[in-house]
Amino acid sequence: MALPEIKQTATEARLATLSLPEGGWSEPARRAALARVQRVGLPDRRDEYWKFTRPDALVQPVAPQAAVLKSDESMVFDSFERLKIVFVDGVFDPQASDDLSLEGVSVERLAKIAEQDIHWARDLYGTLEERGQEPVARPLAALNTAFARDGVVIHVTGKPSRPISLIYRHEAEDSDPMLHHVVRVDPGAEATILENGPAGARFSAVMEIDVADTGTLHHIRAQGRDHERSAVTHIFARLGAESTFKSFTVTVNGHLTRNEAVIELTGDDAVAHIAGACVGDGDFHHDDTIFVTHDALNCESRQVFKKVLRNGAVGVFQGKILVKPDAQKTDGYQISQALMLDDDSQFLAKPELEIHADDVACSHGCTSGAIDERALYYLRSRGIPKARATDLLTLAFLAEAVEEIEDPALADDIVARLESWLIRRR
Amino acid sequence: MLEIKNLHVELAEEDKAILKGVNLTVEAGKVHAIMGPNGSGKSTLAYVLSGRPGYEVMEGTATLDGTDLLALEPEERAAAGLFQAFQYPVEIPGVGNMTFLRTAVNAQRKARGQDEMSAADFLKEVRAKAKELKIDADMLKRPVNVGFSGGEKKRNEILQMAMLEPRMCILDETDSGLDVDAMKLVSDGVNALRDEGRGFLVITHYQRLLDHIKPDVVHILADGRIVKSGGPELALEVEHNGYADILAEVA
Repeated sequence: MALPEIKQTATEARLATLSLPEGGWSEPARRAALARVQRVGLPDRRDEYWKFTRPDALVQPVAPQAAVLKSDESMVFDSFERLKIVFVDGVFDPQASDDLSLEGVSVERLAKIAEQDIHWARDLYGTLEERGQEPVARPLAALNTAFARDGVVIHVTGKPSRPISLIYRHEAEDSDPMLHHVVRVDPGAEATILENGPAGARFSAVMEIDVADTGTLHHIRAQGRDHERSAVTHIFARLGAESTFKSFTVTVNGHLTRNEAVIELTGDDAVAHIAGACVGDGDFHHDDTIFVTHDALNCESRQVFKKVLRNGAVGVFQGKILVKPDAQKTDGYQISQALMLDDDSQFLAKPELEIHADDVACSHGCTSGAIDERALYYLRSRGIPKARATDLLTLAFLAEAVEEIEDPALADDIVARLESWLIRRR
Repeated sequence: MLEIKNLHVELAEEDKAILKGVNLTVEAGKVHAIMGPNGSGKSTLAYVLSGRPGYEVMEGTATLDGTDLLALEPEERAAAGLFQAFQYPVEIPGVGNMTFLRTAVNAQRKARGQDEMSAADFLKEVRAKAKELKIDADMLKRPVNVGFSGGEKKRNEILQMAMLEPRMCILDETDSGLDVDAMKLVSDGVNALRDEGRGFLVITHYQRLLDHIKPDVVHILADGRIVKSGGPELALEVEHNGYADILAEVA
C-alpha cells in the first residue's frame, strides 16, 4: 500500500540527508532495515502510536539545534570503577575511553567490525529490531539500524568485574548522532551496562539485547543535563529461560525524549523489570513506550514508571503487557504514576493489557496526583521547611522506581542526582 | 508559656464555628489536661496551634513565650518549640523513619542557629531514646509509620518528641488505640520529658491516661469553650459521672 503523500515526502526528505554505510556483513541488514523504513514511512502526528508525542523534531531532516550546557558538576557514575567507552556527538573518543579489554566480556566497536565479512553480531543486528516491528511499527529504530555508523558490540561470556559504561558527550549544537549497540549474554553470564550523557542535539540509540538461558543483564541509564536535546531510544530484548533483564532509566530535563522498550520473554521462568524515573520542569516532554510480550511459562515482568512534572511539563506512558495463549502462570505488573507539582503539567497515559492465557496474574495501575497535603503538614509540623518536605515526598514518590536498581551504590548516586535537581529547581 | 486568649476558630470549608472563645494559659513545668465530649473542639484546638491547614482563626490570639504562633508556618511553630503528638500519625511511604527524624532534628537546630548534629551523635541518641520506648532497629529503618500498629505509631510520636525536645508539647488523644502496656510505655516516655522548662497540654477522653501522666490542671472543653477548670479531681469526677452533670451545672 502506498504511503500517504505527506508521509512519503517527509520520509524521503529525511533519507536524503543520510548515507548507508556499505560493505561487510552489515550491509544486507542495513538495506533490509531501509526497506522497512520505506515501507511504513517515518512517524508523524497522525500515527496512533504517536498520539501523545509529536515526532516532528525526531523526523525532520536536520536536527533542531541544542545549546551545550557548560557545567562543572561531575557526571553521574563518575565515582564508579567501570570500563569507559566515550562517544562525543556520536564519534568514538579513543583518548577518553578505556582499553576495551575486560575479563568475561568482549567489547568491540560496530564501526570496526561492520565491514568484516562475518561476525557473530550478524545474527542479532537488526534481527531483534525487526522482530519488534510487530504488531506496532517502529520506523525510527529501523532508520537507526540502516544508518548508525557506530556503537558497541558486547558479548558477555562471564561475570566482568566492572560495569561497561557508555558515556555520551555533547559538544556541537547541531550534532545528530545515531548509535546502535548489540549485546549478547551467554548462559550463566552476568554484566551491567551503564549509559549516560546527553549524546547530541538529537540522539537516536538502539540497543538489541539477547540474553541466553540463565544469563543476567543489568542496564542503568541516565539521561540528563542539556535541556534542549531531543532523543529517541529503543531497547529490543529477547530473554531465554531463567534469564533476567533489569533496565532502569532516570531522565532529568530534556525538550523531547521518547524511550521505547520492546521486551520478549521467550524462555520459561524469565524475569524482566523495566523502570524509569523522570523529572521535568517547563519545556519537557518525556515519553515511555513499553511493550512486553510473554511467550513462555511462568515468566515475571514489571514496568514501574514514575514522573514528576511541573511548569507545563508533559509525561507520556504507553505500556503494554501482551500475554500469548501458552504463556501460563505469567506474573505481570505495571504501574505508571505522575506527581504533578502544579496545575499546568500534563500526564498522558495508555496502560494496556492483552491476555490470551487463562492462568495468569497481571495487575496494572495508573495514577496522577499532587503532593499529599497530610504528609506535607506532618513533616512541616516536625520543623521540616516546606521546600525540603516537598523534596522528601517527591523522592519518596520516585523511590518505587529507583528501588528497581539492584546495586545500592548506583541507586544512591541516582537519588543524589534527583535530589540535587529538586533543590536547584525549588 | 502558652497563652491562648479568646480564640475563635471556624472550619474554613464549612463555615462552621468550632472554637468559640477559648482562654487557656499553660505555665512552664505544668501539665494541663483537656477533657470533653466528642465534637467539643479538643482536636481542633491542637491542630490550630500546630498550624494544620483548613482552619480559620476568626478572633483571638495564641502565643508561645510571647511569639504569635498563628502568624507562623507549621515548621516555624515547631522551631519555636511547639510539638503536637498526633491522634492519627500519617503514614509516609518512601521516607525512612531515621531520615525523617534526622532531617527534622537538624532543620530545627538550623532554624535556631545551632550546628547540625553529626550522624554519629544522632545515631547514638536516637538509639538510646528508641530503646526506652521499645522501638527496635527495624522500626527506625522502615518508612515513617508505614505498617506500624496503633501502639507503634504512638510510640514513634513520643520518640519524635524526645528527639526534638520541644518547649511545649501537645498530646492529642495519645492514649487512643493503646493497650495497657503501651499506655504505660508512652506515659513513661512523656513523664521522662517532664521538667520545669517544659509545658504539656494533654488532650484525652479518659481519666486513665491521667493516672499515668499526672496533670496539674484539668479543663473541660464543651461546645468550643472551656466550661470548667480544676485540679486532678475534676478528671475523676468525669470518670465517675460523665460530662452531663458538669455541663448541666454550667449551663
